[in-house]
Amino acid sequence: MIGDAFGYLLDGANWSGTGGMLAQLSQQLLLTVTALGLACVIGLPVALWLGHLGRGGFLAVNVSNVGRAVPTYAVLVLLSVGPLGAEEFGPFGRAGLATLIALVLFALPPIITNAYVGIREVDKDIVEASMGMGMRGREVFRRVELPLAMPVIVTGVRLALVQVWATATIAALVAGPGLGNVIVAGFFNGNYGKGLAGAIVVAVMALVLEGGAALAERWSDPVGRSKRSRKVTVSSQPDEVREATADQLVR
Amino acid sequence: MTLLPEAAPDPSCYSSVVNDWICVDYFRDRSDDLTTATAQHLSITISAVLLGLVLAIPLAVLARRSQRLEGWVLGLSTGLYTIPSLALFPLLVPFTGITATTVIVGLALYSLTILVRNTLAGLRAVPAEVRESAVGNGYGPTRLLLKIELPLALPVVMAGLRVATVSTVALTTVGTLVAYGGLGNLLADGVKNSFKAEIFAASLLCVLLALVLDVLLVVVQRVLTPWARAR
Repeated sequence: MIGDAFGYLLDGANWSGTGGMLAQLSQQLLLTVTALGLACVIGLPVALWLGHLGRGGFLAVNVSNVGRAVPTYAVLVLLSVGPLGAEEFGPFGRAGLATLIALVLFALPPIITNAYVGIREVDKDIVEASMGMGMRGREVFRRVELPLAMPVIVTGVRLALVQVWATATIAALVAGPGLGNVIVAGFFNGNYGKGLAGAIVVAVMALVLEGGAALAERWSDPVGRSKRSRKVTVSSQPDEVREATADQLVR
Repeated sequence: MTLLPEAAPDPSCYSSVVNDWICVDYFRDRSDDLTTATAQHLSITISAVLLGLVLAIPLAVLARRSQRLEGWVLGLSTGLYTIPSLALFPLLVPFTGITATTVIVGLALYSLTILVRNTLAGLRAVPAEVRESAVGNGYGPTRLLLKIELPLALPVVMAGLRVATVSTVALTTVGTLVAYGGLGNLLADGVKNSFKAEIFAASLLCVLLALVLDVLLVVVQRVLTPWARAR
């Protein structure tokens, strides 16, 4: 079976063409990026603002717990059999809109929870210090809270990316677009080599995305970054803030 | 134009003519299907979480003992979670075939991410003084682990177990790819036939199952850790 899978992977004909793996791969990537972008646009402003105000914590934290109990597959099925499913939707094909909505829904919880928690967990002493230096609420948010919360926020986006990629694969079970089709077609037609080949491509791509996101996460941490390169890049922050940050890390 | 003869004076709400989302008749008439699917779902979930727990505890203990192993164990269990379930099950098929074992092993591997992490955190949270006084009282490493460290780590382990169980219930549905998905099989059938009552019933039962298991674990935790209740 493993031999069949590699045979399938090495045959160029399986990659090219409209239903080929390359087309499916780019479709799934497009879908993933669109859904992640939409989820960030919808979720981040609300969660960041709530975090800044310190309100709505119950909602922001529990949205993740509820999201975990609801099966992705069930949501996909409900949406695709519902009124949205059968439509053609741009490059995403049939069942595309249902898939996109499901992907956005499943990307939101980690993004919202992490953005909220990230802002809330910024050391209150630092926030007070910057207010004492005359920063206004908006300035505190933009120049102190946001940079310091960035690693946690980016972790949320990374978790969402993993979640979206996984969900986009499952979408094939409801005739959605993406590489999951290769897996499903292989398995439901008894061509296990093909199914396995699709699984290998999906898994490798997932690890590549995760690796890339981990790099972005490292890069997003202003404190760690300034430690790595001696050319300090957080000079926009007052000295007190920077020292307080280092202190926070040591604790 | 031909008029279809009416099959029954009052078609049931789950007949393809009506196709309601919410249909009580469906629950009554197809209770056999629903019970079978729920039972399969439950047995797959429980086996997977138990297997995960059996694997996670030794891994966490190993990681606790050695700094180098910790990086490997955490990296591997987190990396596994990255792989979508629809891809992980096929990857296991060459080893376990088209059986329930494939789903159970796959889900157990997923549960490792949270279980290993929480068990490790729980073991870490055991105060050094407690461990030292146990050693001073003549506890060997095994007895220390079984009698002192694991019981004290229990609340954190149980918290992880709850999260792992709830997400395993949800993920079991994808097992329908290899024909062992419990309620997921009903979902697959429902989407094939646009059978709304079946889809709704399966989704509802899935969420209910997760809630019930979660509550059950809270009760188990209270029974197992009577000292935590005093606070």
